[in-house]
Amino acid sequence: MAFIQKNTEIIENKEIAKGFFSLWLNAPDMAAQAAPGQFAHIRCGDKSLRRPISICGADTESGRLRLVYEIRGEGTKWLSEQAPGYNLDVIAPLGKGFDFRGQSGALFIGGGIGSPPMLCAAKAFPGKAFAALGFRNKDAIILKQDFEEAGIPLDITTDDGSYGYHGLVTHPAEERLKSGGIGLVCVCGPAPMLRGVIELAKRYNTACQVSLEQRMGCGVGACRVCAVKVRDKQKDIYMHVCLNGPVFDINKFDVQI
Amino acid sequence: MSELQVNIAGVSFKNPVLAASGTFGFGREYGRLYDISKLGGICCKAVTLEERQGNPPPRIAETPSGMLNSVGLQNMGVDYFLGSELPFMRRAKAAVIVNIAGRTAEEYRAVAEKLNDSDIAMIELNISCPNVKEGGAAFGVNAASAANVTRQVRRHCKKPLMVKLSPNAANIAEIAAAVESEGADAVSLINTITGMRIDLKSRRPVLHTNTGGLSGPAVFPVAVRMVWEVYKRVKIPVVGAGGIASWQDAAEMMMAGASAVQVGSAMFLDPYAPLKIIDGLRDYAAREKLQNISEIVGSVKAYE
Ligand SMILES: Cc1cc2nc3c(=O)[nH]c(=O)nc-3n(C[C@H](O)[C@H](O)[C@H](O)COP(=O)(O)OP(=O)(O)OC[C@H]3O[C@@H](n4cnc5c(N)ncnc54)[C@H](O)[C@@H]3O)c2cc1C
Ligand SMILES: Cc1cc2nc3c(=O)[nH]c(=O)nc-3n(C[C@H](O)[C@H](O)[C@H](O)COP(=O)(O)O)c2cc1C
Repeated sequence: MAFIQKNTEIIENKEIAKGFFSLWLNAPDMAAQAAPGQFAHIRCGDKSLRRPISICGADTESGRLRLVYEIRGEGTKWLSEQAPGYNLDVIAPLGKGFDFRGQSGALFIGGGIGSPPMLCAAKAFPGKAFAALGFRNKDAIILKQDFEEAGIPLDITTDDGSYGYHGLVTHPAEERLKSGGIGLVCVCGPAPMLRGVIELAKRYNTACQVSLEQRMGCGVGACRVCAVKVRDKQKDIYMHVCLNGPVFDINKFDVQI
Repeated sequence: MSELQVNIAGVSFKNPVLAASGTFGFGREYGRLYDISKLGGICCKAVTLEERQGNPPPRIAETPSGMLNSVGLQNMGVDYFLGSELPFMRRAKAAVIVNIAGRTAEEYRAVAEKLNDSDIAMIELNISCPNVKEGGAAFGVNAASAANVTRQVRRHCKKPLMVKLSPNAANIAEIAAAVESEGADAVSLINTITGMRIDLKSRRPVLHTNTGGLSGPAVFPVAVRMVWEVYKRVKIPVVGAGGIASWQDAAEMMMAGASAVQVGSAMFLDPYAPLKIIDGLRDYAAREKLQNISEIVGSVKAYE
């Protein structure tokens, strides 16, 4: 399919928790093509590289694309300062998303700012979807209401116990897996969490797809910058987040995180 | 002959705007945005004798008005190129310049030989990659070794040969003269300039290789200066690269002495940059009433 680059109008750019923003763009052709797990590559003012942000939602009726991001540095700070009406230069949808074929029950696990692509994926999942999200603390919780409104059973953990389960998201995730009916685990979050979830999925003999991050150049697959190490029989090879991912099927690719 | 058509080392290109090696892959990806045959030509990602995996990530760091990269020549090898990438590029009607690299002069030669009977426009001898331990820029910073690898490849290579020079050499014009005397048909410059960024929090270099190659608008004035110096020194055509992002940059580079230009990093911000540059040059040629854009090559009126 063709890639699309366009100046897309900002409809809304709202802080939803301290330092976290929800951005809605008017982008009918991108929304129509977007699949869960894909991302948008965004030009941020005079920064010399675009910023990759996962697609959190696509409303084909209104022609809108939703991205949720956290301020991490200069690019995302610039993004947070843009008001509705501004035309944002976006290339999307990019990358390869989740593969739900043959699955009837799935668990979507997100860590902090890894949660937005999980909302998009859980809502699009054709069978029974469950979610488990982990956050630093109560104030950093995002998208809880969105998951609830979509009728997706949700467990929340916080690192400091200020809300929900106190501890790692792998705990409620393991409870879900124990109760059965889940053939696929999808996850996006910090590296230690990814490793924990991959280990868990292996123990429960469950398929597992992870969404990975890496510093990126072109975003379209041409420059081979965003490398991910994958163990392939004897040797290690490098695949690429924007070309082969961001979603990698752990059962096909032994990614080294 | 159209106003943008240019001739480099006997090869005719429909316009002087080429995609820079390593930033455009083999044209497949940007081909999903536009017709890649609109470019004057495509310098493909470096091709080596055997498949190479490249360097561990992170391979990119943002810098003011530019970026550092340390891809390290990741590619599938020349046989794969011939079997899978070249047929695609030719079907897409792109003029193909194959950027080649090796660990030793023999390896460069072997890659060039494999390309002898293929349907390509030109070979670009990459003796300037700063991101590999062996070969690469090691050949490009020393006139004797640059001359040696050029000689060995020239002897066995049936295609027009353009040598890509390193800005990390002490005197780039001297390297240019050395490869010219060994039969190079053209030179291209600049490849990236070695640089480094450090993350304040972790005190770690941003790149896993510690250092990497700087490109983008930050290097543009350096590239213009080097193209000008090389243009004055050699008789073979000079192809200019480094930080070109607009038609004005391209025209400036041509006035410094470039017969054609390569556009690299600018593509990452604006995939359509090369097409906009082509349109801009065409309008410029019309406004300036030029028969052909080549009339501005080396036209800088330098002070005595
Ligand atoms: C496929 C993908 C999907 C992503 N989805 C989201 C999302 O939905 N929401 C969200 O908030 N963030 C997401 N990220 C991370 C986001 O890209 C970075 O937080 C952002 O690029 C930081 O930019 P900055 O200018 O604010 O930070 P700076 O630290 O100033 O950025 C400096 C450079 O490093 C790069 N960089 C820094 N951190 C990261 C990172 N974690 N991943 C990749 N590049 C990085 C930047 O792009 C930039 O080139 C995603 C990353 C990838 C690769
Ligand atoms: C990600 C990346 C990969 C590159 N790979 C190659 C390469 O394989 N061979 C080569 O000769 N130059 C390579 N280069 C250098 C460019 O072709 C070009 O000479 C340089 O980036 C300066 O031009 P620019 O500022 O327009 O990018 C690479 C540059 C970048 C940014």
